[in-house]
Amino acid sequence: MGTEEQLKSLPLDDLHKTAGARFGGFAGWSMPITYPLGVMKEHLHARENAGLFDISHMQLFDVSGKDSAALLSRACPLDAEALQTGQSKYTFFLDERAGILDDLIVTRLGAEHFMVVANAGNAAADEAHLRGVAKDFDCKIDALDRVFLAIQGPQAADVLHKAGLAGTELAFMHGFEPKPGWFMSRSGYTGEDGFEIGLPAADARVLVNKLFEDERVAWVGLAARDSLRLEAGLCLHGHDITTDFDPVDAGLTWAISKPVREKAGFIGAKTLLEKIASGSLRKRVGLKPDGRQPVRSDTILVDAEGNHIGLVTSGGFGPSAGHPVAMGYVGKEILAASTPIFAEVRGNRIPVHIHSLPFTPHRYHKG
Amino acid sequence: MATTYFTEDHEWVRVEGDIATVGITDHAQDQLGDLVFVQLPDIGTSLSKGDAAVVVESVKAASDVYAPLDGEVTDVNEATASDPALINSAATSDGWLWKMKLSNTEQLTGLLDEAGYKAIIG
Repeated sequence: MGTEEQLKSLPLDDLHKTAGARFGGFAGWSMPITYPLGVMKEHLHARENAGLFDISHMQLFDVSGKDSAALLSRACPLDAEALQTGQSKYTFFLDERAGILDDLIVTRLGAEHFMVVANAGNAAADEAHLRGVAKDFDCKIDALDRVFLAIQGPQAADVLHKAGLAGTELAFMHGFEPKPGWFMSRSGYTGEDGFEIGLPAADARVLVNKLFEDERVAWVGLAARDSLRLEAGLCLHGHDITTDFDPVDAGLTWAISKPVREKAGFIGAKTLLEKIASGSLRKRVGLKPDGRQPVRSDTILVDAEGNHIGLVTSGGFGPSAGHPVAMGYVGKEILAASTPIFAEVRGNRIPVHIHSLPFTPHRYHKG
Repeated sequence: MATTYFTEDHEWVRVEGDIATVGITDHAQDQLGDLVFVQLPDIGTSLSKGDAAVVVESVKAASDVYAPLDGEVTDVNEATASDPALINSAATSDGWLWKMKLSNTEQLTGLLDEAGYKAIIG
């Protein structure tokens, strides 16, 4: 993490300052962490109304050309050819050991045209990786310079519809280009229905002003984005998934279809297929601590004898759940034996229970 | 007659005789954001100035509240443990954290007055 001086400012930084945001560094960006509403109310607002998030720190890659589907089917455990135009898919960049370099959303925009949405912290590495793989393919990769907004919550579709935007009829995990320079998909990372919209900064200012004419819209900062995604059981790259974990460890093999496994044409295929066959010794699980005390990322999990049996990779308080929520990895034999699990927090041993994910039911618009 | 002092660590200390009531300032609660958990000390705990006496946790992070003076914990505000949001809504009144019997009242001279504290937070 850089010092304050080195942080990049979002294109709409001035709007967040005007809105009274408190800023913090994340992935090299000065990000709005909370607004005057406060993390608790911002979180609940996204669950009940329409929360607006500035996620312009994330990176959009436009991939086009004859071999674009072939490139993505090589770079990701994905059958890009099989994607329908308009269809989005959650996938990854894997290394040769099947470690997760990043998790991504890939949307097919045309016969030879795709959009890849990547995490901020990995943007530069992802670009280098993708360009490296692309050397063998005839295609063009553009790292786009866009404002990227997410509007999330049960009122999101109606808010956009009333604001006159096309695309509110999309089903979840579908996307398109509403106008030149724009990308819009029905997706998000909160567990709620919602949309993500990439667009030029000047257009974004017009859109934001328009959206705030609707009193159901409120800015939601990065703090609530984190508690929302954690309640939704969604992984944060760099914490819940890293190159130390493969999709089998992380319980994400649902994102890798049978034909993709059979073709085995993606980077990391050999290791991943072996791992799918052998299984993982650990499993990513939801964790519910007893009581009110949050159990945070990097907390060690132990059994009653104090043996190290797992690690918390994300943890905090779930405003909708009403109790602390966490995610982490626990050994398979511990889970099989239902061994009591404890988190060691400042010398206290807090009992934690395996909890199904998500903590808060997903409410996606399946169409 | 009670006198209120402040620390550079954003605590307020209300002293009557040799009993001090301690809490965090309104500025501190505002910076921390919505609090969700408070860990209070046991009554009878002997504290030295600078000891971590209380842990307050917001949605995002845990923070220590330090003993501003030497002494022994005589009372804790259980209401904050059952409803941590009380500290957000009433940091300097109903959201007090603990009371302590001071063992060295001379340490009071090292604390800030309200004007001194306000100068720090700007």
